[in-house]
Amino acid sequence: MNSKTSFINRLLNQRLLLLMSVPFVIHIILFRYVPVFGWVMAFQNYKPNRPMLDQQWVGFEQFTNLFGDYQFLYALRNTLAMSAIKLVMGTIFAVLVAIMVNETKRGPFKRTVQTISYLPHFISWVVAANLVLEFLAPNGLFNDILTGIGIVDERVLWMGKPELFWWIIGWSHVWKTCGFGAIIYLAAMTGIDPQLYEAADMDGAGRLRRIWHITLPGIKPVFVILLIMNIGQLLEAGFEQQFLLKNGLVQDYAEVFTIYILRYGLQMYRYSYAAAAGIFKSVVSILLLFTANRISKKLGEETLM
Amino acid sequence: MKGNVYDHIFDTVKILFLLFIVAATLLPFINILAISLNDPMDTMKGGIGLLPRYFTWINYSDIFKNSIIIRATINSILRTAIAGLLHTFCTAMVAYTLTRSKFLLRIPIAMIYIFTMYIDGGLIPTFFLYRALGLVNSFHVYWIPGLTSAWNLLVIRTYIKGLPESLIESAQMEGANEFYIFMRIILPLSMPVLATIILFTAVWHWNYWWDTFIFNSSDLELTTLQYELMKKIQSANASFSGSSISDAFSMAKTQVGGSTVTPKSLRAAMTIIVSIPIIMVYPFLQRYFVHGLTIGGVKE
Repeated sequence: MNSKTSFINRLLNQRLLLLMSVPFVIHIILFRYVPVFGWVMAFQNYKPNRPMLDQQWVGFEQFTNLFGDYQFLYALRNTLAMSAIKLVMGTIFAVLVAIMVNETKRGPFKRTVQTISYLPHFISWVVAANLVLEFLAPNGLFNDILTGIGIVDERVLWMGKPELFWWIIGWSHVWKTCGFGAIIYLAAMTGIDPQLYEAADMDGAGRLRRIWHITLPGIKPVFVILLIMNIGQLLEAGFEQQFLLKNGLVQDYAEVFTIYILRYGLQMYRYSYAAAAGIFKSVVSILLLFTANRISKKLGEETLM
Repeated sequence: MKGNVYDHIFDTVKILFLLFIVAATLLPFINILAISLNDPMDTMKGGIGLLPRYFTWINYSDIFKNSIIIRATINSILRTAIAGLLHTFCTAMVAYTLTRSKFLLRIPIAMIYIFTMYIDGGLIPTFFLYRALGLVNSFHVYWIPGLTSAWNLLVIRTYIKGLPESLIESAQMEGANEFYIFMRIILPLSMPVLATIILFTAVWHWNYWWDTFIFNSSDLELTTLQYELMKKIQSANASFSGSSISDAFSMAKTQVGGSTVTPKSLRAAMTIIVSIPIIMVYPFLQRYFVHGLTIGGVKE
């Protein structure tokens, strides 16, 4: 009893600290935790204008409908395919840029390369999407270059080819992220003991051998952590790109989860159904994260937790 | 000496690779700049590379005759400034309270923030909440939901923890209260990290269009620049659906009534306008983000 009153007294003495933080804590609870309770919607047949707990409960019906919808399965396939392409190509290019920059001596060339390669990270996907669309347009620069050097005879409608859409997403991702993505690997590389390189030099190792035996092992911990985190994002990442670049011709290859949820939820008013799709996405993401983490631990590598 | 030959080959490949990255990054930007400065009807013929063929400002002057674009520009600037400054101030204030080791709610508040990095209510419940709070079709949706964030909180807290404790103690001796200490001592001393957070938040808000799209799309008065550009891209994409190349050509010519400006040239000019502020703050950002990212790397 005594300790309780003294706790409250001490808290009252800190009322300024309370005033400076508690309103924002209430704010963050309202905006980040309250929506999580909306998940119950997925187990109901939600109709607006009725209190949350007064709705008709339907159990897992929304989820069974979800798995029976071929468009949902398309969205699942497309999301996984594009995320995988982006993950693999994005990582390869970020590491490649980091190695090449790391192997370059300090100077104007190095600085210029870095400054320019970071830039696309800071522009919006809206701007980037327009750059991509203009670049790949029938009378755009890419077709000019290809016809100019004779790789293709006729101008190609690149954005109208469904089989290419995943790769256009992949390459535009590389274009926008590889420079900035290299920073974290570069930071890891500066942490490598220079004596290792000197010792390798003494043993007569060439540039490639030093990269293979010193640089790459040196960035492995960062690489593994980023990989685990990215695997957890496989179902989340990058709807903006698909949303901005898709068109009617490539629809079946372009639809991803967020667009699917948006279409069913806010445009067709199937709130419960869309909420179920959202839950599926979150749960699978968490499972992927834990699985990647578990595998990494088994292999004796870095882990997130 | 065999290694030396390989080293030379490696150096050549390396420089070619880096030059390729630079060229591939810049070409689309230069190309769209050229298109935006070229005569719109002439652009339709294609073949605009890195320089305009018939130079003109008409695409730009046309944009600023449009009252919706003016409105969108004002909204974008307002949201960027208001959200950037308020977010940084509020996040710094909470971060400061979490550095006071005697503060009894320090740990629970930190936990509440950290969990938000991993949980997400999803689009539909979030939409319902915002509607219930009257944030739909309102300018407030641009700054209220993101008043504070866990990520920046951790970054600022780390920085404040690095400041000398004795400054706070001596201020307290002289009778300063916590709020006074925060405003007069901590804020000025934290300027390097706060400037970084302001810049990053501002860039984020300048680039963001999803909230305009989801919550404010039915009120043109609340539109933003990125959203207007996004709408122009969407209508260009929609024209794809039936489409042959010649369709795209003829559609483009007819869209803007009375003027010779075509959607393609207008989009190009808008893309440049939307990018200019980013390119202007970019040199300031660059000084900080390597350091900022390494803090992030450790935490993540």
